[in-house]
Amino acid sequence: MTDTTNTTNGQEQPALSPENAEVIQLTRKDFVSDQEVRWCPGCGDYSILAQTQKQMPDFGVPKEKIVFISGIGCSGRLPYYMNTYGFHTIHGRAPTLATGLKAARPDLMVWVITGDGDALSIGGNHVLHSMRRNVDITMVMFNNRIYGLTKGQASPTSEFGKRTKSTPAGTVDTPIQPLTVALAAEASFVARSVDTHTEHLQHTLQRAGLHHGSTFVEVLQNCNIFNDGAWRDFTDREVREDRMLLLEHGKPMTFGKDRDKGIRLRGLHPEVVTIGENGVSEADLLVHDETAEEPYLALMLSRMFWPEFPVPVGVFRAVPRPTHDQLIQQQISAAVAASGEGDLAAVLASGETWTVE
Amino acid sequence: MTTTREIEPQTQELDRVTIRFAGDSGDGMQLTGTQFTRTAAVYGNDISTLPDFPAEIRAPAGSLPGVSGFQISFSSTDIHTPGDEPDVLVAMNPAALKTNVGDLPAGGALIVNSDAFTAANLSKAGYAANPLTDGSLKQYALFEIPISTLNERSLDGLDMTSKQKDLTKNFFALGIMFWLYGRDYDGTVRWIDDKFGKRPVIAEANTRALKAGYAFGETTEIFHTHYRVAPAHLAPGTYRNITGNEATALGMLAASKLAKRPLFYGSYPITPASDILHQLSGYKSFGVKTFQAEDEIAAIGAAIGASYGGALGLTASSGPGIALKSEALGLAVMVELPLVVIDVQRAGPSTGMPTKTEQADLLQVMFGRNSDSPVPVVAPATPGECFDLAIEAWRLALKYVTPVVYLSDAFLATGAEPWKIPSLEDLPDISVRNWTEKETFHPYDRDPKTLARKWAVPGTPGLEHRIGGLEKADISGNVSYDPDNHHRMQLLRQAKVARIADDVPEIEVFGPDRGDLLILGWGSTYGAIRSAVERMQAQGRSVAHAHLRHLNPFPSNTEKVLRSYRRVLIPEVNLGQLLMLIRAQFLIDAEGYNRVRGKPFRIAEIVEQAEKILGVGD
Repeated sequence: MTDTTNTTNGQEQPALSPENAEVIQLTRKDFVSDQEVRWCPGCGDYSILAQTQKQMPDFGVPKEKIVFISGIGCSGRLPYYMNTYGFHTIHGRAPTLATGLKAARPDLMVWVITGDGDALSIGGNHVLHSMRRNVDITMVMFNNRIYGLTKGQASPTSEFGKRTKSTPAGTVDTPIQPLTVALAAEASFVARSVDTHTEHLQHTLQRAGLHHGSTFVEVLQNCNIFNDGAWRDFTDREVREDRMLLLEHGKPMTFGKDRDKGIRLRGLHPEVVTIGENGVSEADLLVHDETAEEPYLALMLSRMFWPEFPVPVGVFRAVPRPTHDQLIQQQISAAVAASGEGDLAAVLASGETWTVE
Repeated sequence: MTTTREIEPQTQELDRVTIRFAGDSGDGMQLTGTQFTRTAAVYGNDISTLPDFPAEIRAPAGSLPGVSGFQISFSSTDIHTPGDEPDVLVAMNPAALKTNVGDLPAGGALIVNSDAFTAANLSKAGYAANPLTDGSLKQYALFEIPISTLNERSLDGLDMTSKQKDLTKNFFALGIMFWLYGRDYDGTVRWIDDKFGKRPVIAEANTRALKAGYAFGETTEIFHTHYRVAPAHLAPGTYRNITGNEATALGMLAASKLAKRPLFYGSYPITPASDILHQLSGYKSFGVKTFQAEDEIAAIGAAIGASYGGALGLTASSGPGIALKSEALGLAVMVELPLVVIDVQRAGPSTGMPTKTEQADLLQVMFGRNSDSPVPVVAPATPGECFDLAIEAWRLALKYVTPVVYLSDAFLATGAEPWKIPSLEDLPDISVRNWTEKETFHPYDRDPKTLARKWAVPGTPGLEHRIGGLEKADISGNVSYDPDNHHRMQLLRQAKVARIADDVPEIEVFGPDRGDLLILGWGSTYGAIRSAVERMQAQGRSVAHAHLRHLNPFPSNTEKVLRSYRRVLIPEVNLGQLLMLIRAQFLIDAEGYNRVRGKPFRIAEIVEQAEKILGVGD
């Protein structure tokens, strides 16, 4: 659709779409800012930053059309390191600024960088509402199950009973699954990847960036200072094939070094089965469908976690839906089509008037 | 039917009449009041109104908290307030009588719907005896009219239930008032047709009720006097009737045109600011984008995001919502983006009295953020002026690249007055250009005169840069923890706002240049102060009035003006907030007059206080 009211310096800006993108050749280096990166040595954020920078050129979007918006937390620093437009906002509120920016400027590609505390604790409300509105933003949540920047308090994804500086006897709060929240909030694209699985992360970010609508990507990220090894049990190279489930659209859910294990539905519950044992064949396994209209399957997958299940990674859900900025623009276009462009003098003089000589 | 006074039938000329309509919140009193208002305005009277309604949408029928009132003052001369006290009180039930009759002066006309004075209603209103018969209303000119019965009779033959018929009785009362004050009902009939055109029976019933009330006034003999309030001598021009919230919305719309930037309005519903959202959401053909956010924080966050993108990012709320927005407002101060935040003040603290007026958020918007976080503050004085100050708020926000707070209040927001419709050519050009030159760009490099930073918006090639809430290095805008830089940046932010003082009109004094007493006001106290000063000047007192539209910074001549009078009185509907700022900034021993009753000042209160200071008494 064409957006006619959006202007920058009086010039009309077409809405962002692959057809409008100029053919430009950018490289990873073009997206590296002149700022010194200041995360702790060994932090998972370095990898996420590197994969983000690496896959940006593939979008073919000029870098002045890209905006990274973040909240507070270690993740919040990422925009400073991207040589695009960037806005480091306040705790939990990045989605709100992104919503206003995208509504005002549909021509921009807007990324939101957040963390488990920023997105699910102080900013939980904005995650819910930006997702349900299908705001065309790509939200990347770094989940390290801890508050890092404030030096080690429990987060909303910390496991039950976790002992931290703020919970010396163990947290009494039940954690939430970020992807269950995103799905419940009607996100139109939901995915998960891991900081150290660089190729998968790049691929996931690429898919996320190309999706039009509310996009939620959880990146399992390691905080080596305050919660080292939070995901190690299933993400380490030696075990990951047996303990993680790589979701692929249209394919049966198999995993394991020999691809001999799979997920079968038993009643309302998933179960892990071995192909060839007890008469189980590949035909018995669940087939992944990221485009399903109702997210039952995706919700079920979002509840599966180590050690009961292999941890699913990949795209859980990707469905097309009109975006927030498109819907706003459609109403404007309809109003203009119905009654012409607004006439200020007429509106000022609307209602009953009288003249004093 | 009885009347307590006997006067020969006549038409009497009056300069000014104040009527208060009071009834149950389901009785349509706000509608009756606004219809009378537009009729008086179109006739050419100067008008001023004060709606007064409960926060409860439908408090129990007949109860005291459920009473809704609407006061209108209309005049053949220039007036500034909705009147201290009504000349006429229309009470639709005992509860309305009980809560309002205390404001009616002795001799005032009291019109009651006698049908509503049933034992049950009297008891709900806490009357032990019927005031219509126990002699307690002797001091008033009492007109008992069985409005419900007469109205129902006039609707004979219409396919409606009794209950539906009763809902039209406010139009009967309006018809009586139209006759009493010689007003034509045609405009209201047209309004009814527009409003209820799709429901012809309802339209017919309301029209019949209105005409029946008028005919009742004409043919019965209970009113011996028919009054006439001649048109006022207003400046030549085309006028309309406008409330403060309407003028605010129109001003913001005009600012968008004058700034050549689309308007983005982020808002969360809150009394008494919601009408601005309702109105702006109807301006889609202007490209206005409205966003009903999930909360107050999201509303301002989205507005900042829109401003960052180059639009006019606007948000509004009332005190409790402003409290929630304050962290984000601090962010706008730090990142130095244009933004306008409207605060339609109401009585607090906390939820307070949501539909009642107060001007007690001044210190909140001045100081209610962490650290030194200066924002310019403007405040309209009248409903019509809300339009001008909306444009002024944006002029400052764009020119100085800064958030600006715009302080309205419940009295301004819902009160109405005639408004001379401006012609577009007379409105200022407030447009600014975003920075686009690559060679000279540093995001925190400043204009030497205004100290506005170089504002580049996303989409501008070659100017990719990062901003945020962390302290900025002067000029480069990079994150900086350097102690001297922070000190310098705090001073720069303060100086940028302070410099606005030279760019706003000096305050004007109404009355002598120097003398015994200056009454200094801000916001919606304008009308009461101006009327009080006019009254005292007519008695030869050395009293002047000055009114601040710019509260931060103060206009450059403020101190000079204040020092030209022996005494300075600052009446405020708070406990002394402007007073504190004036005393702190100028070390001037000004005195406060503070009344916080959820209602605007009465003229007489201010006169009385001023005379006390002047050492005169009548």
